[in-house]
Amino acid sequence: MNTLFDKIWDQHVVQQVEDGPTQLYIDRLYCHEVTSPQAFDGMRARGLKCFRPEKIYCMPDHNTPTHDQDKPIEDPVSKTQVDTLAKNAKEFGLTHYGMMSKDNGIIHVVGPEKGLSLPGMTIVCGDSHTSTHGAMGAVAFGIGTSEVEMVMASQCILQQKPKSMRITVNGTLGKGVTAKDVALYLMAQLTTSGATGYFVEYSGDVVKALSMEGRLTLCNLSIEMGARGGFVAPDETTFNYIKGREFAPKGEDWDKAVAYWKTLKSGDDAVFDKELVFDAADIEPRITYGTNPGMGIGITEAIPEEGGVGFEKALGYMGFEAGQKLLGTKVDYVFLGACTNGRIEDFRAFASIAKGRKKADDVVAWLVPGSWAVDKQIREEGLDKVLEAAGFEIRQPGCSACLAMNDDKIPAGKLSVSTSNRNFEGRQGPGARTILASPLVAAAAAVTGVITDPRTLL
Amino acid sequence: MKQKFNVITSTCVPLQLENVDTDQIIPARFLKATTREESFFGDNLFRDWRYNTDGTPNPDFVLNDPTYSGCILVAGKNFGSGSSREHAAWAIAGYGFRVVISSFFADIHKNNELNNFVLPVVVSEPFLAELFASIAKDPKTEVEVDLPHQTVTNKATGKSEHFDINGYKKHCLMNGLDDIDFLVQNQKKTELWEQQNK
Repeated sequence: MNTLFDKIWDQHVVQQVEDGPTQLYIDRLYCHEVTSPQAFDGMRARGLKCFRPEKIYCMPDHNTPTHDQDKPIEDPVSKTQVDTLAKNAKEFGLTHYGMMSKDNGIIHVVGPEKGLSLPGMTIVCGDSHTSTHGAMGAVAFGIGTSEVEMVMASQCILQQKPKSMRITVNGTLGKGVTAKDVALYLMAQLTTSGATGYFVEYSGDVVKALSMEGRLTLCNLSIEMGARGGFVAPDETTFNYIKGREFAPKGEDWDKAVAYWKTLKSGDDAVFDKELVFDAADIEPRITYGTNPGMGIGITEAIPEEGGVGFEKALGYMGFEAGQKLLGTKVDYVFLGACTNGRIEDFRAFASIAKGRKKADDVVAWLVPGSWAVDKQIREEGLDKVLEAAGFEIRQPGCSACLAMNDDKIPAGKLSVSTSNRNFEGRQGPGARTILASPLVAAAAAVTGVITDPRTLL
Repeated sequence: MKQKFNVITSTCVPLQLENVDTDQIIPARFLKATTREESFFGDNLFRDWRYNTDGTPNPDFVLNDPTYSGCILVAGKNFGSGSSREHAAWAIAGYGFRVVISSFFADIHKNNELNNFVLPVVVSEPFLAELFASIAKDPKTEVEVDLPHQTVTNKATGKSEHFDINGYKKHCLMNGLDDIDFLVQNQKKTELWEQQNK
């Protein structure tokens, strides 16, 4: 009790349904093109209008090509889905950031960078990586399409209150160890179901020292431990990030908002349903070897000799063997991007290794900014020049090869080092083999052509 | 959709795998549909396990084995992990499953099943292990899922377990009601909350 999660959740309770779930008020609904069309259809079938249209923001991101966005989408089915979102947004009076608009990008990148996701809010989207917005000090979670329709119709959702967990990471991260590595480490410790039923508060020296970009990466991956969401209590880092953004409170409202946001922390007497403590010294750059994000190792470690149910099936799919070390393994594709690692800091990290080096000839690299705003900043900082000199090309924003709903599919059998969030069978294209890693590990693979410890290149 | 739920007795289809993620239940390339045709999603349920790359059925996958049939899917723990795509629940319903039995479900997928009148039944690990064994021994093993009494019974062994579901959702499932009906009826309470939390 008296956790930050309790405070935000309890404040948003409209009513407790007898012997049932909570009716929870939602401050922000984001819609993308994949999980919304059937919700809009449902609204039309019921003859409903959106209850609070001004709280809903729509943008396509999953199907958008990462090249020639000024031309019509070649895949007619993708085009229909993207066009349908635009039509639905117009019909229901919702804000829509279309393709090629400077406001467009991956919904979980755009929300925070525009100041639409703020501390203390409840935020939902028909997308499991909505947990990303928790980095702002918000209760943010993914929902299904029926639930999207609930929020459109009523600005509320019916949910059972999850249990609370605090994960504390103490110490200081070593050279070349990033928020992504912390998350991959936590997933390996907890497994992909270890936090199911919980909302996670991340704390400790490591988390406090993370930039907002790092916190967004960490919270993004909460769902990969099964947690519905994860968040970081807002602090000066949060306030500095939000200040001046398009939808951030201004003037007197800003001062009032910050005064309120400063109260958003777990009490000293807070009791969590579960507490876990880890030490940064145990975390090195990480990679996955299997077909779920919990199947991971330190980059210098070997794949375990044995695992549970599904271990052999996973290794069979990946073409790896128990006990094998992956350093030196040949890589075919490298993907930098996604709502996990498509922010400016990720491009800076990648460029720090690419600088003065050349892309390995037989590696195909896709570098996809998370939004047009990220793209703009890349160019302002001159990172585009560094990357182009090293033989890399920057593509146009979108979800891209994270789930390969556009043309960016890893061919069957090819090995990809990806900064995305899931290494499930076929996730990056049917038969594609995915190793999840940080932007530094991805860059090290891109310039050497093999799995390489980035610490040797820094 | 909105098929009222009471007591279901059926043979089962066993999927003895753990951590079955929603990308396997319905791969992303089938999420481009803008309508809710459950038959389309049902036809592509477990697509990449069910069919070879040339489109022929994979004879080793359980859905292609005529030995097993029924409207109850029995799966290993952590069923439905990963993506929030409700298309996974539409695929399960579209194929004809009305119940999924497992020892553990991922949160979002569990809600998605309930919102599509597919009942996720959580059983203990020993009950699940015994059920897999019963089905292996006799594929005609029936299971009774009694929603009013919240019991699940392995008819081969006679073993029965209680399962949890909140009273509100149980009422919805048994009467064909959904959450949107409820929330729209409660808009006055929502407006009151907004007044108090400006």
